[in-house]
Formats: sequence, C-alpha cells, structure tokens
Amino acid sequence: MENSGTFWLPRAASTYAADVDGLFYFILWTSVVIFALVVFGLIYLSIRYKKRGKTELTAGISHNTKLELTWTIIPTLLILVVFVWGFRGYMKMRVVPKDAIEIRVTAQKWFWSFDYQEGINSVGELVVPAGKPIKLLISSRDVIHSLFVPDFRLKMDAVPNRYTIAWFQADELGEYQLYCTEYCGTEHSKMLGKVRVLSQGDYENWVNENSQLGQGLTLEEFGRQLYENKGCMPCHSLDGTTKIGPSFKGIFGHEVQLTSGETVIVDENYIRESILNPQAKIVAGFQPVMPPYQGILKPQEVDALIAFIKSLKE
Amino acid sequence: MDVATDRPAYLAEHFTDAEQQKESAKLGMWVFLLTEILLFGGLFCAYAIYRAWYPDMFYNAHKHLDVVLGAVNTVVLILSSVTVALAIHAIQHNKRKQSIIFLTVTLLFAATFLVIKYFEYSHKIHLGMLPGKFYTYTGIEGTNPHIFFTIYFTMTGLHGLHVLAGMIVIGWVLIRTIKGHFNSEYYTPVENAGLYWHLVDMIWIYLFPLLYLVG
Amino acid sequence: MNIIPEKNYLTYPKGLKSWLFTLDHKRIGLMYLFAIMFFFLVGGIFALMIRLELFSPGKDIVSADTYNQLFTLHGAIMIFLFIIPSIPASLGNLILPLMLGAKDVAFPRLNLASWYIYVFGAMFAVYSMIAGAADTGWTFYTPYSIETNTAVISLTTGAFILGFSSIFTGLNFLVTIHKLRAPGMTWFKMPLFVWGLYATSIIQVVATPVLGITLLLLILERVAGIGIFNPALGGDPVLFQHFFWFYSHPAVYIMILPGMAIISELISVHSHKKIFGYKVIAYSSLAIAFISFLVWGHHMFVSGQSELAGMIFSFLTFFVGVPSGIKVFNWVATLYKGAVRFTTPMLYTFAFLILFSIGGLTGIFLGALSVDVHLHDTYFVVAHFHYTMMGGTVIAFFAGLHHWWPKIWGRMYNERIAKITAVLVFIGFNLTFIPQFIMGAHGMPRRYYDYLPQFQGMHELSTYGAYLLGFAFTIMAVYLIHSIFKGKPAGNNPWGGLTLEWQTTSPPDPHNFHEVPVWTHGPYDYDKIKVTPDLEKELETA
Repeated sequence: MENSGTFWLPRAASTYAADVDGLFYFILWTSVVIFALVVFGLIYLSIRYKKRGKTELTAGISHNTKLELTWTIIPTLLILVVFVWGFRGYMKMRVVPKDAIEIRVTAQKWFWSFDYQEGINSVGELVVPAGKPIKLLISSRDVIHSLFVPDFRLKMDAVPNRYTIAWFQADELGEYQLYCTEYCGTEHSKMLGKVRVLSQGDYENWVNENSQLGQGLTLEEFGRQLYENKGCMPCHSLDGTTKIGPSFKGIFGHEVQLTSGETVIVDENYIRESILNPQAKIVAGFQPVMPPYQGILKPQEVDALIAFIKSLKE
Repeated sequence: MDVATDRPAYLAEHFTDAEQQKESAKLGMWVFLLTEILLFGGLFCAYAIYRAWYPDMFYNAHKHLDVVLGAVNTVVLILSSVTVALAIHAIQHNKRKQSIIFLTVTLLFAATFLVIKYFEYSHKIHLGMLPGKFYTYTGIEGTNPHIFFTIYFTMTGLHGLHVLAGMIVIGWVLIRTIKGHFNSEYYTPVENAGLYWHLVDMIWIYLFPLLYLVG
Repeated sequence: MNIIPEKNYLTYPKGLKSWLFTLDHKRIGLMYLFAIMFFFLVGGIFALMIRLELFSPGKDIVSADTYNQLFTLHGAIMIFLFIIPSIPASLGNLILPLMLGAKDVAFPRLNLASWYIYVFGAMFAVYSMIAGAADTGWTFYTPYSIETNTAVISLTTGAFILGFSSIFTGLNFLVTIHKLRAPGMTWFKMPLFVWGLYATSIIQVVATPVLGITLLLLILERVAGIGIFNPALGGDPVLFQHFFWFYSHPAVYIMILPGMAIISELISVHSHKKIFGYKVIAYSSLAIAFISFLVWGHHMFVSGQSELAGMIFSFLTFFVGVPSGIKVFNWVATLYKGAVRFTTPMLYTFAFLILFSIGGLTGIFLGALSVDVHLHDTYFVVAHFHYTMMGGTVIAFFAGLHHWWPKIWGRMYNERIAKITAVLVFIGFNLTFIPQFIMGAHGMPRRYYDYLPQFQGMHELSTYGAYLLGFAFTIMAVYLIHSIFKGKPAGNNPWGGLTLEWQTTSPPDPHNFHEVPVWTHGPYDYDKIKVTPDLEKELETA
C-alpha cells in the first residue's frame, strides 16, 4: 500500500511504535490460532457428525467441567497479558519526557496550526528535529478534532476549552502523513497535514528562515506564500472556480452581494475584516464557515495577503 | 371452555387468574419506575459534575432560590403522598367515597405545588435568571452562573412535567373510581398511580436539598 | 401432506382495522417485521451510495456535505430503526410468548403502543431526511451537533421517541418472562432464546432512559442554548460523550445479545443435540448485560480522559470479551456427536460463528490501550463493529428469520436458492469489510469523503463486496416474498424443534394454543425425545 511498512501496519517511525506493533502482532497471531481452532472445530464436527439416515436420539452431553475450565482460564490469562502490555505501552505514550520540546497545536475547521517556542507559526505542517522528544499541547478553536499520525501510532483529540497532551520522538528523517480523525464537518477529509522530521541543522535553518519570513520577498510574493501555507488555498481558488469560499480571481475592486442583501465593494478594509472576522459579512451563496484569523496572522501578514489579492486583478 | 364463565370482567383474556394479572401489573410498574429513576439519574450526574467544577458559583447562585417556597412545596408534596396512600387504603376496604375525597385532595395538593412553582419561575424569569445563553442577571459572583440555572430549570422542569403527568393519571383513576370500577377485589390501577406519585414525590425530596440547600 | 389451518392469526379476524388495532403479539411482531425491513432497505441504499462515492478518491456521485448526511442517516437508521428493534420487536414478539406457552405478552396494549411510537419516531427521522438531513454522524457529538445548521433536532427527537418504544418492549418482555411462563417451565427450563431476550430487556430498560435524557439535553441545547454541553457557554463537550456512551455501549449488547440468543437456539435444533453448557450460556448473557454498563469509557481513550480511567475501562472491557468467547466455544462443542443438518438457518448460524469470532477477536485489538490509540476512529473500528453488528446480529437475525419463517407463514421458501444466497451473503460481507481492516490499520480515518490514492485499491474491493451483498439481499427478498404466496406448506414442526412454538399449528391459532400447554421436558432434550422434522418425514418413510 505504501512504499514501506508491512501488510498490516504502516512504517513504525516513533520511539514507541515498535512496542505498539509488538502487541498488535501478539494479538493478531493469538487470534489467528484461536480463530483457526474455532473454524476447524466447526468444519470438522459438522462434517463428522452430519446427519445420515433416519432421525435418532443423540448423546445427552450437557457439559464437561475440565474442558470448560480450560477454555475459560486460557483466554482469561491471554487477555490479562494483553491488558498489561497495552497499559504499559499506553503509559509510554502518556508520560512526556522532561526535556521535551513543547509545540502548541491548534485545530480549527479545517486546518492545523502549530506554534513553536521560537515564536514562529506554521499551518498544515509540523516541523520537528529528529531524535528529540516533542510535546504537543493540543486544543481546538471550534469543534472536536483529533490529531493522528499513523506512522507514529500517535493520536489525540483536540477539544475546545481544554488542553490535551501527547508526545512523540521520531528518529528517522522524512515526511509523515497527518490526519484529522474526529469528524468535524464538510472538509473533514481535507483536514490533512504533514509532519516533517528534519536533522538538527536543517531544523535550525528552517527556524531561522521562518523567523525572517517575508524578508527578501515583495509583499505580493510573501502574500502568495501565506496563501499557500496558512490554509487559504483549499477554499479559495485563484482561477475563478467556486470552492468553499469565493475565488480570489479578479475579486478586488468589484461589488459583491452579501447574504444580508446589502452590497459592498471589495477593498482593503473589507478583505482585512473578512480575514480577521470572516462571519461579519458573508458573500451571498456561501456558508459562514471560515475560521477567524485574529491572533493567527500578524499585521504585516494581513497586509501581504491584501497585496496578493490586489495583484490578482484580471 | 367453561372455566371462562367465572372470570371477572376486569380480568384480561390472556391471564390465567386475577393474581397473575395483579402481579404482572405491579412488576411492570416497578420496572417503569426504575426507568424514571435512571432518566433523572442522568441529570443528577450532570449536577454532581458541575457542582464539583464550580463549587463557589453553585453556593452563590443557590442563595437566589426561595428556600421558604421550596420548603412549603416539599411539605405539600409529602402531604399529597400521605393522601394518596390513604386513598389506596380506603379502596382496599371498599370505602369508595373516602377514596374519592382523598384522591381529590391529592390533586389539589399537586395543583398547589405547580402554582407555587409558577410563582418561583416567573420571578426568576423576570430577573433574567435563565438557563444558558438567555441568562442576563448580573448579581451572582462566580464562573458561569447560567449553568446553575440550566440545571435548576431542566431538573425542576422535568420534575414539573412529571407532576403534571401524575395529575393526569390520578385524575383518570379518580374518574374510574367515581364510575365504580374499583373495589377491594380489584384496585391495581389506584395502587400503581399511587406508586408513581410516591416516586414523583421522592425525586422532589432529593431535588429540594440539592438545589435549595447547597453548602 | 402438510396442510395450513384455515383459521390462523393471519386470516382471522379479517380487515385492515383488525390489523391496525390488533393486540395479538404475532400480528404486532409481523407489523414490526415489515417496518424494520423497510428501514433496512433504506439504510442499505444509503450504504450502497456511500460505497459508490468511495469507489475512487474525490467526488464520484455526491458532494462532501451530502456524503456526511448519508453516513449519518445510514448509521442512525440502521441502529435506531433497524438493529435495535430487529430481533426483539419482530421475532421476539412473534415467538417469545409462544415459547413460553403464553396467550400473549403481559401488556398487549402497551405492545401495540410501542409499535405506533416506533412509527411516530420513524416519521421524525424521515422528516429529518427531507428537511436538510443531519450531518453529525449517528453519535451526535457536541459541539459539532450544536453548531451545524442541518436538521439535528428532528433526528434526535426521532431517536428520543424510539427510545420509548424500545423501553416498552423491554418492560413487556421482562414481565412476560417473569409472570406468564407455562406450568412446569422453571427458569432453567426456559429456551435460551428467552434467556437472551431477558438479558436484552434488562439493558433496554436500564440504559435507554439515559439516552433519553442525553438527547433531551442536546435538543434543549439547540433550542434554548442551555450551555451544558457547549464549551462556548462553559459547558463540557466530553460530558456528552460520557452520557452518550453510557447508553450506546450497552446498546451494542441490546443488539448482539438477541443474536446470540437465536444462535443458541438454532445450533441445538439443527444438530438435534442438547445444547452444550446451558447454564453457562444463560449466565453469560446476564454477565454481559451487567458488565456492559461499566465499559463505556473505552470509546474515549484518546479524548483526554485520565490514564486511570483508561486503565479501568480497558480492564473491564476485556471481561466482556470472556463470556462472549465462552459462548462461541459452547456452540461449537454442541455439534459434537450431534446429527448436523445443513439447512439454510444452519448455514447462517455457521456464518455467524465465523464472522462474530472475527468481530470479537478484533475487539481485543481495540480494548488494548496502546493499540487502540493507533486504531481509534479508523476503518479498523468501522470493520470491527460491522463484523459484530452485521456479521453478528444481522446474520443471526436472518438465521432466525429463515428458522421461524415456516412458523410465521406456514410455508417454506426454496431451500436451494436460499442456501446459495447464504453463501453469497457470506462472500459479499467479507469482501466488503476485510479490506477495511487492512486500510484502517494503515491509518485510513473513518467518515472521510475523500482519501489518499494509496487506499484506492482497498476501497474498490470493499465497494464490489457491498454490491455483491446488495445483490444477495435482493434475491433473498424475492424468494421470501414468493414463498408467502407460493411456498410449499411447511408443517407444524419443519425442523424438529422441541420448544413450544413448534407444538402449535403453522401459522399459529389467533390464541396460540388450543389448550394451555404444560412443559414437561427441557428445551433441548434430543437425548430423550425423538422428533422427526416435518420437512424430512416424507424422505424418511420413502
């Protein structure tokens, strides 16, 4: 199914993944044995004792204490093993190492936003150094979401008004798929992301680049970068096709009809308001579903986005 | 079958005898009461959780409930439980008139309870002590005081609906008693209505201290 | 030659009114059967639309919003309108009083009321489909269900009303089993179908009110903004999950216990062999009913609940598994030294044993804390509960339907076609859901409208399986309906059962029995009583 991984499981890329997989395969093979016994018993007994000839009385066997004790005690013991193993593995996932790097994860419809200790932010992409424990402090701005990275065997719900905690350490460099696994509405299946695990050096470079984001770029170019990275792209097209929100193509300077029946001219102030407080004026024909970017974008980033949208005049 | 000839009119066709019918009805009623307790059980859980979360707010908010009216209502309901028990006792001894009087008094008590509740509600509504987003009152300290009123109104509201349902049931039993359907042989509906009424009463006996006497 | 009695519950009394106001448990059971089969069809069509949409990534036939409504309606209809009432309200109503040797259930009017309440609740659900169907998933998680602008209120009101119907059926059965057993039928001489329904009824009566209050609070939340589950007003959305699963986990046992009850009955009758471990099977139903109330938190291992809670819920979850496993071993052991007949009901019974074993064993993966973190909310979970609910309950329901069909109608379906259909159902089912285990373990999240290209092959297989399944069910509908009119008369006891329902005519008299039956033997005494099935009599004498 993927380039790596086994028939049953994806590649194991976090430090505790091997333990989870060990238990997975233990349950799998124990189950296969028990299942094979049941199916064999079923097939053998039903053929061996298939009714032949006339109806006769059959044996009056009502129970067999030894047999019944065996098939009660053995599964119970196996289950206790699974329970203890599962619980210990779970505690490995729950107890965060003291030296972990903390990253704030904010979920909202329908993207993931990550805030790093260095004061930078990334959207839809979690970038971490390899070989270091990473603590995720997760919350949601609207409904419940859930952060899932299959390759790390990592999952934790993002709940409004509350922080949940998860951690992982990935030793292998690479890019890993991230999903939302708690149903959250229209674009639930598009609420994807990546985890990029970089070497320590690359990570530091990435941090540096991002703390000086926009430098050396024109405002318009910076705006395009933000458009691609901050979650605008899935809903607003540049070629005139209608997605979840209106297309940006040629929108600047035009008059649009609002759901309230009024009309407005798309100018700098309207765009600014629509980014920071999108519910205020909804264009007719669209749902009020865009999350507010107040507190996520810095003032110069809003300026850059406005400049970018302006540049899309036909 | 000639056995059928000595079957009393109240005995349904699918029962073998009156004893079986009576026991079935009683068991059915007890099971029904169990479902009622579990229905309220959910709300009691919600109460416990939010009280543990916001103990100070609960304390501050409860002071705005009228303990005197609550206590009067408690007494009214307890008295109504007594009268309904007396009504059952009367019909068991074939005293139909007495039973009719006691059932009527029970209905009056129930109505009194609802009238008092009406005054309590309208006072709160007037002040804006309403559940959730409709809460406008400002005089209570603590986080999220509207949660207290959410719980107050849903619990007492659901209980109030049960009082109303109980009145309908008792009214129905009263009419049948007047019509002479019951006697010392057959009075299961009176008994079951009484059981239901005791439950309604009992739930209030829990609600009163939990809501009015916090702390 | 077998004959059909002229006066039976189907023919007497006559007229539409005599059906709409009937107090006869058999007619009410039949009316339930028609109603639930209708909703099985509706839910099934939704399932086929879902599978078609998922055939390839991106949009195939519907938009994302429509897809979200489809899976919500599929779940809500299948759970609340089909599986929960399926076995108890239809087959239970038809057969349970007969098995007990009673003339009716304890409260016939309440029984009829429960059917009307079901129809009333169903109307709300149907209305919700027209008025902008809910898109919350059948679990109605807050705060999404508070925010969405779809018809959540009508669907939850429907589910709320259906709860009463379920409670009334459960209450009725409890009292009937306690008070209306035939002379001589002590608790441990009751057929195991009765035991299973007894355990089911307990859960229905105890758990359903909690769902009622939960849905009521959710409705108030939407109508009046009471804030109890709404984080924006200081409420707790996770509290909703606790409330919801406190009902809905026991509810899966409301669904599976009647299935197990049918299998206990059928495995004995169709192998003409005393059931192995009668008491263990009876007690394990009660044990499952009891423990089922203590495991709801295993739906919330990644919701941020404490490690201690996770540990306790995981531990208890495994102890629901043990009695279920024991039952499977007992059923297989029953075949030993029996006289096994490969009839249609028996083929479905075998299918149940295999599919339910897979469903149960994959439950172990999900009960193990660390593995569940990986598998939670993926297609692995979807496949697991379809193996238990559909491979378990629905297959058992069809086993029971084929078993009692000749009793209900007095006529037999074509067994050759029925057996071929059973094999098709088995293949189609596995083809649908085995790929879902694999892609789930690889991380395919559930409730996804769109998916990454790597999962396409598995989704295609699953869709083929679903359509094979749909095809097989269509054949089943055709031969069953055909048999009602043209089937050969089946005789009073086509399979050679010992329980009381086989001692009356097929179809039964309006009053069930002409004389009050006395219960003198155990339900599975095939070592003491020789009974030749009516379907085999001609062959044996030939």
